[in-house]
Amino acid sequence: MRLVSVYLIGLIFGLGISISGMANPEKVLNFFDFAGTWDPSLAFVMASAVVVAFFGYRFVLKRPGPSFDHVFHLPQNQKIDVKLLGGSAIFGVGWGLSGFCPGGALPAIGTGRSEVLIFALALVAGMGVARYINTHAARRFQTPWGPDHHKPVAHGPISHAPRGPLPEAPGESYKD
Amino acid sequence: MTIVDFTPLPALLGGGLIGLATTLLMASIGRIMGATGILSAAFFAEDDRAWRWFLLAGMISGPAAYLTLTGSWPEITVPVSTLSLVVGGFLVGIGVSYGSGCTSGHGVCGLARLSPRSLAAVLTFMATTAITVYVVRHVVGG
Repeated sequence: MRLVSVYLIGLIFGLGISISGMANPEKVLNFFDFAGTWDPSLAFVMASAVVVAFFGYRFVLKRPGPSFDHVFHLPQNQKIDVKLLGGSAIFGVGWGLSGFCPGGALPAIGTGRSEVLIFALALVAGMGVARYINTHAARRFQTPWGPDHHKPVAHGPISHAPRGPLPEAPGESYKD
Repeated sequence: MTIVDFTPLPALLGGGLIGLATTLLMASIGRIMGATGILSAAFFAEDDRAWRWFLLAGMISGPAAYLTLTGSWPEITVPVSTLSLVVGGFLVGIGVSYGSGCTSGHGVCGLARLSPRSLAAVLTFMATTAITVYVVRHVVGG
């Protein structure tokens, strides 16, 4: 029941994207082309989605919890830092080059068009590389054992030293 | 400036459905409707991946639902080269990972929650997208 509901919600999202024009790079790029052929439609998409979600969230988040989970999983990170702004800036360059954003491209995969598949593969590759770099940066700055157990053990099997779970690097979150 | 292909009614209707799906996902499983987090975790998370793949399957069925309702596929015109798709897709993947979200996660969910962090992200990527389009169309391609 939970997974069927989630599938149907994805379907509503995908239908909304298809109707709105967000899956169409020509329309998306024209929205940003103020100096040339401007198509204001996407401002209406965003405004409509935000207004509906604003009132929807106000209604839903008053309830004790979601139907098929114990808690609402809301992002806790409120930092406006270099990582957020730099990442968003890079995203914008990629969006401007290709005309696809993730939310527009994922439903568009359903059309089977090769351009969408090419974009989606490159998108997942970029996500994988970012995750790889993040993981390794975290390892470099924080030992897996934590600061108290940093020194090698003089006698005993070092290679079998107990490892706790890797500490999460600050700000390393893909929750939203 | 020339205004082209302005379609306010489909935009409002489609946006409304996006907002509805966003609301329903929070009501049912308490999750943010962010394409970035869902796609990234569907591939790379250690656990709890099933719902993400069902959501993705639903999204991918969207164009077929559109075909059933209207009799035609949603229009997709790609006015850029394959190289732009590959480089653009890769940069989007890097950027949304570090920025923790994209147009759906920050742009719809974050703004609907009145999050200053999401507003900062949206203003940043909207600005760099517009600059990129300007450079590609009117400086390099002009």
